[in-house]
Formats: sequence, structure tokens, C-alpha cells
Amino acid sequence: MSTKEQKERIELLQGTLDLLILRTLILGPTHGHAIAKAIEFNSDEVLQVEQGSLYPALHRLIKREWISVEEGISENNRRAKFYRLTAKGRRQLKLETSKWDKLAGAIARILRPAEQEGKS
Amino acid sequence: MNRRNRMLHDLEQDIRDHIEIETRDNIARGMPPDEARYAALRKFGNVTRVHEETREVWGFVWLEQLLQDIRFGLRMLRKSPGFTAIAVLTLALGIGADTAIFSVVNGVLLNPLPFPEPDRLVTVDASKPNFPQGSISYPNFLDWHRINQSFSYFAVSRATGYMLTGVGDADELNADVVTSDFFPMLGVKPVLGRWFTPSEDEIGASNVVAISTALWKRKFGSAPDVIGRGIMLDGKGYVIVGVFPGHFNLPNPTFESVDVYAPLGEFANTGIRNRGAGLGIHGIARLKPGVTIEQARADMEHVTHDLSEIYPDVDKGVGATLTPLKESMVGEVRPFLLLLLGAVGLVLLIACVNVANLLLVRATGRVREVALRSALGASKGRLIRQMLTESILLAIAGGALGLALARAGTHAALAALPATLPRASEVGIDARVLWCTVLLSVCAGIFFGMVPAMRTARQSVHETLKEGGRGAIGSRRRTQGALVAIQMAMALVLLTGAGLLIRSLAELWTVNPGFNPDNTYTFNLALPPQMNTAPAASIRAALRNFDAGIAATPGVEAESLSWGAIPMNGEDDTTFWIDGQPRPASDNERIWALNYIVGPDYLKAMRIPLLAGRFFSNRDDEHSQRVAVVDELLARKYFPNGDALGKRIHAGSQDDTYEIVGIIGHVKQWGLNVDDQNSLRAQAYFAFTQMDDSTMALVPSNSEVVVRSAGNIAGFMDSIRRTNDRISKDEVISQVQTMHEVIESSLASQRFAMMLLGSFAALALVLAGIGLYGVIAYVVGQRTNEIGIRMALGAQRGTVLRWVLWQGTQLALAGVVAGLAAAAALTRLLAKLSLLFNVSATDPLTFSTVAGVLLLVAFAACWIPARRAARVDPMVALRYE
Repeated sequence: MSTKEQKERIELLQGTLDLLILRTLILGPTHGHAIAKAIEFNSDEVLQVEQGSLYPALHRLIKREWISVEEGISENNRRAKFYRLTAKGRRQLKLETSKWDKLAGAIARILRPAEQEGKS
Repeated sequence: MNRRNRMLHDLEQDIRDHIEIETRDNIARGMPPDEARYAALRKFGNVTRVHEETREVWGFVWLEQLLQDIRFGLRMLRKSPGFTAIAVLTLALGIGADTAIFSVVNGVLLNPLPFPEPDRLVTVDASKPNFPQGSISYPNFLDWHRINQSFSYFAVSRATGYMLTGVGDADELNADVVTSDFFPMLGVKPVLGRWFTPSEDEIGASNVVAISTALWKRKFGSAPDVIGRGIMLDGKGYVIVGVFPGHFNLPNPTFESVDVYAPLGEFANTGIRNRGAGLGIHGIARLKPGVTIEQARADMEHVTHDLSEIYPDVDKGVGATLTPLKESMVGEVRPFLLLLLGAVGLVLLIACVNVANLLLVRATGRVREVALRSALGASKGRLIRQMLTESILLAIAGGALGLALARAGTHAALAALPATLPRASEVGIDARVLWCTVLLSVCAGIFFGMVPAMRTARQSVHETLKEGGRGAIGSRRRTQGALVAIQMAMALVLLTGAGLLIRSLAELWTVNPGFNPDNTYTFNLALPPQMNTAPAASIRAALRNFDAGIAATPGVEAESLSWGAIPMNGEDDTTFWIDGQPRPASDNERIWALNYIVGPDYLKAMRIPLLAGRFFSNRDDEHSQRVAVVDELLARKYFPNGDALGKRIHAGSQDDTYEIVGIIGHVKQWGLNVDDQNSLRAQAYFAFTQMDDSTMALVPSNSEVVVRSAGNIAGFMDSIRRTNDRISKDEVISQVQTMHEVIESSLASQRFAMMLLGSFAALALVLAGIGLYGVIAYVVGQRTNEIGIRMALGAQRGTVLRWVLWQGTQLALAGVVAGLAAAAALTRLLAKLSLLFNVSATDPLTFSTVAGVLLLVAFAACWIPARRAARVDPMVALRYE
């Protein structure tokens, strides 16, 4: 399966979670639970991610080779899987971030006239 | 795959670990253990679904997406049922027409013949001057069979017919007499019983027959003990020794299925011993393994050359013509079928362009949807794929419906024209046709979906969202316009083809056939079976009795027996040499002429003009001087000094002397269209009663009759039949045709071509009209504001009307110009297939007429939207802003 096809598989919410995971991993290899915690914490707990949905997303990113996985020891001395951002993932993060900015802008442009109409 | 298993294997452990860490965190925060675990689980969500979704990640992404696209596509199509119905119907017509013609091409041209190793089967005919595929004389066949080195089997057959009596109603059967190699050569096994043995080839040796499965069912109720039973054919008893399979269907000149096979030995005519006789015997052979047809031809050339030295008087100039069996069956219709395939291809293209235009119009309504989806991260490729999935769905629905249409349509068409197409019974929807339809549908879907999909996907998100949904309309309209013009051009090509064929047919109808077909009938006559073995004198008496009876029937203006050739309905030839010239050394150096053996009233019955001398009278009988009448062509060609009358010729196998007593007009024996091109056109007439005894012996089983009624009399043929019944209950009249029907069936292939091309052209015209209507209606819809403003500013309704009409006319004109150019190039094919008659391939009248018709249709298609535009209420239109 070509990576091109996989790239195309970006839908709104999934895409967003992927973006958040990539952003979290830029700080270094992290295990699953810690990623969930970090997303919650960094978004001031606004984004309450259902923790389970993290796993399909992680696997998707592994498959696209945007992150890799390695065995490690967690902070409480247990064996755990650590996820690490790859060079490809880093590039993707940059791309996704700018896409997101565009999207936000576009949505804002759509929503703004609607607000004005509502006011008048 | 490996990585997938490893990853999924660890997943369960990962999830357990995750929940455990969360639980411990919760306990650390002071929750009681039970509650802490519960909270962790709740926060994690549905574990099973996480498993499922993760597994899906490693699943077949493209398949998932495809299903997603299909679901979405079906939803979108359901949302606009009107659009979907029109698109599916349009495609069904296009794909249906293609499938129908392809199923014919497949059944007739592509499928191998239903025999083992069919490529090794060849037809063998005798080549003579004027006849590259003439009949083989039986003595020659026996020598060819004995000497040749190339054939593992070599058989001959002769088409004939029998009257079946004694089993239910009397029934006329098609039959072939064949030599014993015939069935083993084809590799066909009998359903019941056996085939013929070589000893049964001996002339007069046998009275056995094999019958068809259909006849076995019809007359014997498929009784298993039919073998050994007796059967009465032409009043003679035969024993049934075999039943041949139902699918077995071998060429017979009329493409009618054969009911009975009998050994050739059954054909007990004295001519069978004559090395020079042409008795309608034709051969089929199976090449030995490893022998090519070229080697076999070279071999047969040696064989025939040697024979011509042994028998120079009859075999000089006689060669063997070998043709692959399939080629000889379908070779003639191949170019014609391929032409039709091309025509339906154009129809499908037009249908595709129509749907593409519909999609373009619909895409306008989806600009925002697409923009949003692309803003939300769907890439261009992904969008194109989604839209193509939709169009392929449409095409497949159209294809399924088209398949049903094709099935019904082919059945109807073949039922209407059974005798014009070889292997017609083998036409049907098989796996190859099905695959072709599927492939055609998918290709059509991609073809008509690509342009709209690319256009839609190319539009920029920013532009579209900024413009509030009106992006790229100008260029879209140009694309639509171009597509409509192309459609118009293609429709024009088909119309031109159909127009030329119609003109050719009209021209053909004005051709004088050389006789007057009005109120004239022709039919076959079989005398009572016992006459088959009667002496010639009794046969002559029975025929005179028949003539007298018919002539006395009320309403009969003229009647004549006829043997040999019947205009456009059967050929026969004879050779002669002119008295006073040296006798030619071989048959093939004699003069060839079409051979008509008729009664005194033949000229009156056919209304052929008498140009000089006299025609036959009742005094020209078996006791008087033998006389002949010739047509103007023969007289001019062989008596260039204009002195044919009174000259003597030597004709027939006995070199009997005939005096030429009359010259009559030429009859278009070979058909209205091709008679002029035939090499054998000279015509000689002989008196029926002067026929030699051996030929007379053949007459009782089957002779022909022409009758002219005094006007268009209802029930005329019924009174003829009543007269015939009065003469003898055992005398059978069959195959009644009016001479008009004979002429019509001689033009069957022209008419078939005209009807098919005509209906395809009509379909193309309607589709192109709808296409143009769609685009103009769309333009008017888009410009309602603009029109409103113009009218508010004082534009007259007439101006608006003209403006809209001009929009459509421009497109149609572009299409007409392109179409005329393309038609000029393509109609030459029609001329090449000799489907045109007295009409040039670039006939200006046809070209200008079809251009006019197309413009008229275009005008009509634009009229409705133009009227709508002219009725726009400026106030309403402006309120839209």
C-alpha cells in the first residue's frame, strides 16, 4: 500500500487527533498513557480525548511511518511501548500545522458572514 | 502483514497496561480501588471498538475507502432521483446498443464454430469461369477425395427438401444429402443411433436418414425408440438411423436449420455420374494435423491440374477453392458488423458526453460541498476518486439496465431478420459479452466522470469560498459547450450515414427490375410423390393439367411453370456454343448464360417486354424444333451484328440444337443493386416442355410457378390452392411469395443496415438534442439575474429570445461544421461496403439535409429554455440577488 493513499486518509476528527499526537511526540519518545495525559494537560483539559481512540490513531501513524515504536521502561519501572516521531512525521507535522491554519481561516471566513447576518 | 500481526498481538497488553496505569493514578489521587478502575475504564471508552478500529487501521485501506465512497455515492444519487434516472437511462441506451451489437459480433465473428478444432475445417468448392465457388461434380469429388494428400476427412453435401407425410400434418423439411465422412469430419456425435456408413454413399443404395433433435421432438415426442422407425419423405419410405444434436447447425445457403440428413447416395439423379454437371454439390474438409491451408491449396492445385489433363473436355479450367469454414460463413458480414459496432460506439460516446454534461451542471450545486471537504483535508486525488466512484456507479446501473435492453433488443431484431445473418442462432449474452459490458460500463463511467471530476477538484478552495459558490462557471460553460458541439458532430456523422443509406434505398426502388412485380406471385410446386418415378411423358401431362387448371382459375391473368433461375430468388446457368463456330474443347470455353426454363405465358406473367421475334407458344413442345429466346444483353454481346434471330445454338449436355426465335428485355437477376456488376448476366430461355427427359425427372419433386392476378384480389392465393387441391390432394404448394417480397428480401441487407444505422442515428439525435437542451437550460438558469437586469433596462423579450437561441445555434453550428468534415471522411466506408447505390459518399443533398435536420433539432432544443428566458419577470429575477 502506497503512502500516497494513506496520506489521503485524513478526515476531520481523526486528522485532528493525529496532529495532536504528533505535536506531543515532538518533545521526545512517550508511552501511550502519557500521550493521553499530555494532550489533556496541554489543552487545559478542553480536549477530553476518549483515551481508547488514541490507539487506532497511534497504529495509523505507525503504519504511515510518521512515528516508530520501541520497548522501554516507564517512569514506574514497568515495560512499556514508547512512541517516537520519525523524520517523516516531523515533516508531516509541519504540513498538518499549516493545513490546520488554513482550515481554521477558511472556517472563520464561512462563519463570520453568518454571524453578521444573524446580528442584522 | 507480519508487522500487522505483531502490532495487533501487543495491543491487548498495551490496553491493559494503559488502564492499569490510569487506575493507579486514580488511586494515587485518593479514589477507592473499585471506583478508580471504573473511572479508568470509562475514560478509556469502549475497548472492543478500540480493538476494531485499530484492526481496521491495518486492514485494506483502499477497500474501506471504496466502500465508503460507494455508500456516499449511493446516498448522493438517491438524493437527486431525477438526475440519476436520466443519467442511468441515457447510459442504458448507449451501453445497451453497444452490448446488443457486441453480442452479435461475439456470437458471429469471435466465437469459434461449435466443432472440435474448428480452425482445421475448410470449405471446398470448384472454381470455374464466373464461379469462384461453383459446385463440384460428383465424379470430380470422388477423384479429389481419392488423390488429395491434405484432408483427414472430405465430404460433400447438397441442399434439398422433403415433404414429410404420415406423421401428423404434411410438413416441408429442409434437408441435406451428405457423404459418410460428413459427421465424423465435423466431430459431431449423434444423440441417438449412428451416422451413415461409406457403403450408403453408393448411388441408390440406401434409404436411411438422420433427423434433427427438433424434428424428433416435434414429430416423435422425443421417443427413445425412434431409431429403426420408418418415415415417409416425398412419398418414399426411409429408416431413421440417427438423431443429430440440437445445437448442430451448419451453413446452408439460406441459413435455415436442417431437419433431415440423408446419404448422398439417395440423390439418384443421372447427372450425378456426369463429370461436367453442376448440381449444387459443395464440399467441406478437415485438414490433416500440421497441414496449412496454403499447403492444401497447392496440393489441390496439383490434383485438379492432373484431372484437367485426363478430362480436358470438362475439367479444363476447373480448380479447387479452399476457404476456412468460418470465413466462408461469416466473411461477408464482417465489415458490416464492424461498421455497426463503430456506429453504436458513437452512440455510447454521445450518451457519455450527455451524462458528463449533466454531471457538470450538477457539480455547480456541489461546489461548496467539495470546497469544504477539500478544506477539511481531502486531497484532490481523493476527491476525484470519490466523484469517479459516483459516475462508475451510474454507469454500472446503466450497464445493468442496458444489458436487459440488449437482450430484448437482439432477440427482437434477430427474430425480425432471420435470414440475413449467418450463425444468428448462436448470438446471445455469454460470459464474454457480460465482461465486455462491465468493462464498457466502468470505462464509460471513468470517461464521462473524468472531466467533471477534474474540473471540480481543480477549483481552488479560497476562490470558491470567497466567491460564495460561483467559482469557475465561465470555464465550465466553455467545457460544456465544447462537449455539446462534439455530440452534435457525432450525431451528424451517424445521421449522414443513415441518410445516405435511405437515399440509396430510395434510388434502388426506382430501378426497373426488368419485370413488373405488381400482383405477381411465385411459389414452389411438388407433384404427387408417385410422379417422382413416372416417365417423362406422364410428368409432362401432369404439368399441362396443372397449367390448364390454374389458367382457368378466376382472377388468373397469366401463369407459367419455371425451372432454373427465378429473378433474385435462385440462380441457374447453362453453357452453349453458336452454330457455325468450332465446338469448344471444354465446357468452360463455351458461352455461359443464366438459364430459365419456362412456359409460354411466362412473359405475360412477368411482363417482360418482347423486343423482337416471338416468345414460346403451345406449339413449341417435345415433338417440335427446339427453340430458345435470349435477352437483349446476350443478343448484343454474342451477336454484335444484331442478327441473333434465326441463329442456332448448341446447348445442354447433349449439345441439342436450338433456334433463337425471340429477344426479350434483360431482367435484373442478381438484384437491383448488384446486377450490373455481375460477370454472368446474359440470359437464355428454353421451353418447359422441351426439357430433356433426365431433367424432366427432377421436376415433380420441386418446380416453381409464377402467377399474375388480374388485379389486387383478396384471397387470390387461396383460390389457387383450391384449384390445386382439386387437381390432386397430394400436390403441394409451398413458399408462396409475392414478387415484391422477393425484391424486398433481395434488398434485406441494405434494409437491415438502413434500419439499424437509422435507429442509432435517431437515438444519437435525441441524445444530442437533450444534451444541448441541458446546457442551454443551464445557461439560462445561471443568467436569470443578468436577463432580469437587461429586461429591467429595456431589453425586449424578442431580443432575449434571440440571444438564447443564438447561444444554442452557435454550438450546433460548430458541431455541424466538425460533423460534416468527419462524415465526409467516414461515409467512404459505406461506399467500400457497397451499401450505397447511385449516391456518392459525399452526396451534397444528404449532407445538407442532415445538417438542416440537426440544426432544426438544435433549434427546438433551445426553444424551451429561450421561451423561459423571455418570460423572466425582471422583478422576480432581481430579487434573487
